[in-house]
Amino acid sequence: MDEVTVRAKLSRYITQEIMRDPDYVLDDDEPIISGGLMDSFSLAKVGVFCEKEFGVFIPDPDLTVAKMDTLRQMVARVLRDFR
Amino acid sequence: MLNLHTRTRFPNLLHARVLTEADENAPALILVQTGHPDQVITRREFRQHARAYAYALHKMGMAARDLVIIAHTQNLESVYAFWGALLLGAIPSMFPTLTEKLDPALYMASIAELVNLSQVRAVLTTDDFAAQLAPRVTCSVYGSTALLAEVGTGEAPRYVPDPHEVAFLQHSSGTTGLQKGVALAHERVLNQLASYSSALALSERDVIVSWLPLYHDMGLIAGFILPLFQGLPLVLMSPFDWVRHPALLLRAIHNHQGTLCWLPNFAYNHMARRVRHADSEGLSLASMRAFVNCSEPVRADSHAMFLERFAPHGLRESMLTVSYAMAENTFAVTQTPIGQAPHIDWVDRRALMEDQRALPVPPDSPQALAQVSCGAPIVGSEVKVVDEQGRPLPERHVGELMIRSDCMLMAYYRRPDLRPFDAEGWYDSGDKGYMADGQVYVIGRTKDLIINAGKNVYPQDLEAIVNGVEGVHPGRAVVFGVPDEEEGTELIAVVAEVDTDDPQEHKRIKQAIRQAVARASDVSVNFVTLVGAGWLIKTSSGKISRAKNRDKWLAEQSGQA
Repeated sequence: MDEVTVRAKLSRYITQEIMRDPDYVLDDDEPIISGGLMDSFSLAKVGVFCEKEFGVFIPDPDLTVAKMDTLRQMVARVLRDFR
Repeated sequence: MLNLHTRTRFPNLLHARVLTEADENAPALILVQTGHPDQVITRREFRQHARAYAYALHKMGMAARDLVIIAHTQNLESVYAFWGALLLGAIPSMFPTLTEKLDPALYMASIAELVNLSQVRAVLTTDDFAAQLAPRVTCSVYGSTALLAEVGTGEAPRYVPDPHEVAFLQHSSGTTGLQKGVALAHERVLNQLASYSSALALSERDVIVSWLPLYHDMGLIAGFILPLFQGLPLVLMSPFDWVRHPALLLRAIHNHQGTLCWLPNFAYNHMARRVRHADSEGLSLASMRAFVNCSEPVRADSHAMFLERFAPHGLRESMLTVSYAMAENTFAVTQTPIGQAPHIDWVDRRALMEDQRALPVPPDSPQALAQVSCGAPIVGSEVKVVDEQGRPLPERHVGELMIRSDCMLMAYYRRPDLRPFDAEGWYDSGDKGYMADGQVYVIGRTKDLIINAGKNVYPQDLEAIVNGVEGVHPGRAVVFGVPDEEEGTELIAVVAEVDTDDPQEHKRIKQAIRQAVARASDVSVNFVTLVGAGWLIKTSSGKISRAKNRDKWLAEQSGQA
């Protein structure tokens, strides 16, 4: 899976399943949690999604607002461990 | 231990066993944090710190009966400050801290409001925030460094509380909640702890595990004062940590042989759906006596989902209990029996919605709706169901739940204008429900309050925020709750009228609404819908109707699906 696909899948998951606003166009550097687009318990949802969708297990110490606040950060974290 | 039989031996909260029990090496509190080793605080350390904080507060000029607001993250400093204030005879109240998400200016304005309304003597908080807050409020503000500088080995004056006087306050959040500090007397709190401990069959072997915030009644009473007063180990974590890492709770139970844990309904869904298998491997819940579902409407499917996910880890259906509770009653009003699953009352959906009657039907009937029992009132608390005129209703008739007890608030703090009770001492809970076979069933709210993930959210507070967003017609926004099966809680929806059809402008307004709510409150908006002028339905008196607009919105959403 390439970067474009990972980004598209993550973006669709966040806008459709979490924000429930599929028309929303999420920018790469838009703050998602600190910007109020999703609440912090959605981080746990993103963790589950990454495991199911990409087979990437992000350990708890990495599931933080500082490390996962933007689409760019999330995509990079997934690609780091993606085989 | 304190229970209904030993109640008279414990005249005030300073008889807490964490402060008085002989075994000083027993753990008082165990702090659990992602990425850090567990930190065990013995009773000896707890006492030393609580006394040292009492002395520091005394040195800084605080005295008995002063109101002290503690605004910290869930840390040991706030724990010691609370007990230090109690030792000094001051009145502590836990308050949410400033987080990275909140707008500092708005948060400070709300503290300033609280300081003025309740005549706060001092705010204890972090160093960073203390410097910003001090110029904006009329009371003293102390950061951690200033407080710790005074922590010494001296003795604060010994204070013996009168059982009738206020021990501490509970505040709920939001502009509306801030204005009502629930004032609880020592004797009322002790009545609650005694009765509730008996209902739970609490014993020396219990270990209480909690991630709940201390500024919430469930966290403060069940997850803080109860274990410490009873001298039981409290395994404590931060709500911010748990919500992002839900397996933390399982590890805490497993590692410390937890027996009791209180959770709002959404937490059952969150745990069942968000704890990854790799996170729960090898963890056991077999030590648990009970999980107590409390502070938002209980859903049978949330329990079922939780049970299915964690049965392989030792969870049994008999561990899933329910309590109906509120800050005004100190905490619990009811509790289902420990060791058995709560009774499920299958009632006719249509009769419940349309006729306000809970008519029993077979579980397999097409109209069957599962209502989970909250149990019978605990000893010392009474519940009655009344109609809108205050007349008592018979069994299985839905009405307003009224509470009377020996553990009620005394008053709203410094608000003689607010009268919480009627002439016979009944408190109107604002909840709707019915009684059947002596058990209480709660079905919703009489007012528009939203309960999102266990937090009370006043729609008027959020509407005021949304109305301030550029592009929204002032006064043309509505906020309501939408029950959600997947999350097991009410989600928050905003519908706002705007003039523009431009997609870029829509995105900007949606973003601004979500951001404004996130920064000004402790919740996030789940749905934002922008509509054209004239969409919102008004009542005959010209007010925007939340219920009617919710129905319209739901109808449109299901039409789109």
